[in-house]
Amino acid sequence: MADQNAPSDLPQHTRRNILDTLEIDRRLLGMIGAFVVICLVFHFWTGGRFLTPRNIFNLTIQTVSVAIMATGMVFVIVTRHIDLSVGALLATCSAMMGMTMTTWLPNVFGVDLGSPIIAPIAILVGAVVGTAIGAFHGWLIGYLTIPAFIVTLGGLFVWRNVAWHLSSGQTLGPLDPTFLKLGGTSGTLGATGSWILGIIAAGFVLYLLFNARRSKIAHGFPVKPVWAELTIAGAVAGAILGFVKILNSYEIPTRRLAREFAAAGQEMPEGYTEAYGVPYSVLILIVVALVMTVVAQRTRLGRYIFATGGNPEAASLSGIDTKLLTVKIFAIVGFLCAISAVVASARLTYHTNDIGTLDELRVIAAAVIGGTALSGGFGTIYGAILGALIMQSLQSGMAMVGVEAPYQNIVVGIVLVLAVYVDILYRKRTGD
Amino acid sequence: MPLDTSERGTPLLEMRNMRKSFGGIHAVEDVSIDLYPGEVMGVLGHNGAGKSVLMKMLSGAYPRDGGQILINGEEAHIENPRDARSYNIETIYQTLALADNLDAASNLFLGRELVTPLGLVDDAKMESETRKIMNRLNPNFQRFHTPVSGLSGGQRQSVAISRAVYFNAKILIMDEPTAALGVEETAMVARLIDELKAQGLGILLIDHDIHQVKALCDRASVMKNGKLVGTVRVNEVTEDDILGMIILGKNPENGVE
Repeated sequence: MADQNAPSDLPQHTRRNILDTLEIDRRLLGMIGAFVVICLVFHFWTGGRFLTPRNIFNLTIQTVSVAIMATGMVFVIVTRHIDLSVGALLATCSAMMGMTMTTWLPNVFGVDLGSPIIAPIAILVGAVVGTAIGAFHGWLIGYLTIPAFIVTLGGLFVWRNVAWHLSSGQTLGPLDPTFLKLGGTSGTLGATGSWILGIIAAGFVLYLLFNARRSKIAHGFPVKPVWAELTIAGAVAGAILGFVKILNSYEIPTRRLAREFAAAGQEMPEGYTEAYGVPYSVLILIVVALVMTVVAQRTRLGRYIFATGGNPEAASLSGIDTKLLTVKIFAIVGFLCAISAVVASARLTYHTNDIGTLDELRVIAAAVIGGTALSGGFGTIYGAILGALIMQSLQSGMAMVGVEAPYQNIVVGIVLVLAVYVDILYRKRTGD
Repeated sequence: MPLDTSERGTPLLEMRNMRKSFGGIHAVEDVSIDLYPGEVMGVLGHNGAGKSVLMKMLSGAYPRDGGQILINGEEAHIENPRDARSYNIETIYQTLALADNLDAASNLFLGRELVTPLGLVDDAKMESETRKIMNRLNPNFQRFHTPVSGLSGGQRQSVAISRAVYFNAKILIMDEPTAALGVEETAMVARLIDELKAQGLGILLIDHDIHQVKALCDRASVMKNGKLVGTVRVNEVTEDDILGMIILGKNPENGVE
């Protein structure tokens, strides 16, 4: 096919500026920039209390639950659907797990409280329930063609109150001690474990970058200069190890350590300290983020999700079963709600009747602030996680400087609308 | 003078008594068409005559209400686009059916991705294959990393065509392939059709341009109101004869099978 204006499209090898050379996603850069600005503003406003290891640690564990669900919401919104039921689904999963741990296993099956099998069974129950409910939503949407908005709006009423019914509206607890380790402060990798994790993670990233470059060279595609690769590799590895260092410099309060030593029948050595390191819940988020990114970018499932979002008709003409695809997407979201339910209830140490309330809106906002387009076809996993982090930073930053709750939510709402407007402007300018 | 089809052997494709209705409206009623290897068959008619519906039954996009599809004389079971692809039936839709947010390679391999031994999609391999086929079809094409929404009409068309050609189509359905193209690009499509024809493909060409049909097609089937008016050998009839079939539903005196 001839193309008269093709020659003008040719200069793809000219690299206009340093950003082009580094091949960094500008949207990602913009989000990181916004995040850094928010952090700095609150850091000075609070007189240096915001960017402390303690606050960064808390910020991280507060973000996990919403961030996990937001990665799934990306797939939903990319395919032009919406899920308003994630908070309610989280509550149902949490209630199921709470009942399993506090009532069903001990009273019905005669399992002793504190038995090591309680936590795994409870998590399995939650995961199965979440996945099944999600798949059911997907079936209603894909096969019965009921709009996702309606199905999940109904789901919001249903599952919020199924949770209420299951727990009879009561707070369920105390939850299993092993289970509680997945919530945050009570379960961390410790300093050494965190360093090992950080080094493995940094090595893994370097390996991925190296592999991508080798593959491009093998196929004869243009690659960026070596210094650009090294800059990116250095920045990413530095960020990972820096994050580990910060979490490692937050120390467990000595009183708690003394209690633990006392419980083990030992005397705590004088001057003994121990760092928290990376919480297990953050580890879960990292694993979820990795798996979801691989699914999005490197699997057929992910390719079909984005193709369907871009042009549903083209996807089905290409032989993609878009109905089954919808079931799979909502099942993934259901599963992620169950994982979030584990983290959220373990962090609170109880199942409460209002757990996950309004989470659906936070999750959607996180995905949208993270660059997921409601018109479908565009969105990234890392964007959604960054979006969740930005929202949480805003909220806790404002809480720290003493902004009252209603004003916090007003600001978050305005930021959401503003973020989408900036994104629209950006898309107009770049034309994609 | 009936054409002696016996000497041409088994048709590559036979559609017999195809039927499809939408809510009581007969979009396609008892239409039979055949196609031989190395032949370009025009499918003509007004908008709403049923051409596209007939083609969509062949490409698996619509399930048919009745009728048989035979490929090389054997009954083919086509219920969905995947089935059609397994019989090497490829379609270039009028809308091109591209996912605008994906790049050329992802579109070319959509639904048939190349994967690594681990089962992950092999983007580098797909891009390299895309570069090869594009080098043949449209050597000017260089924008492999932009979403196809950023491409010109001609570039988008070449992505859609490369998709059909890459997977070794035996039967190619082209639904108004030149409707959105300029003069030079149209000429390129015409050359491509001749080339594919020489390779022994059977091509079904939906087109509104009678002049183009005269130039490109060996035979033409005309539809009107969901029914087949007739099939003619294009070089034995005039443009007016074909127009008469399309507008009045009247077969000419010569050249009808």
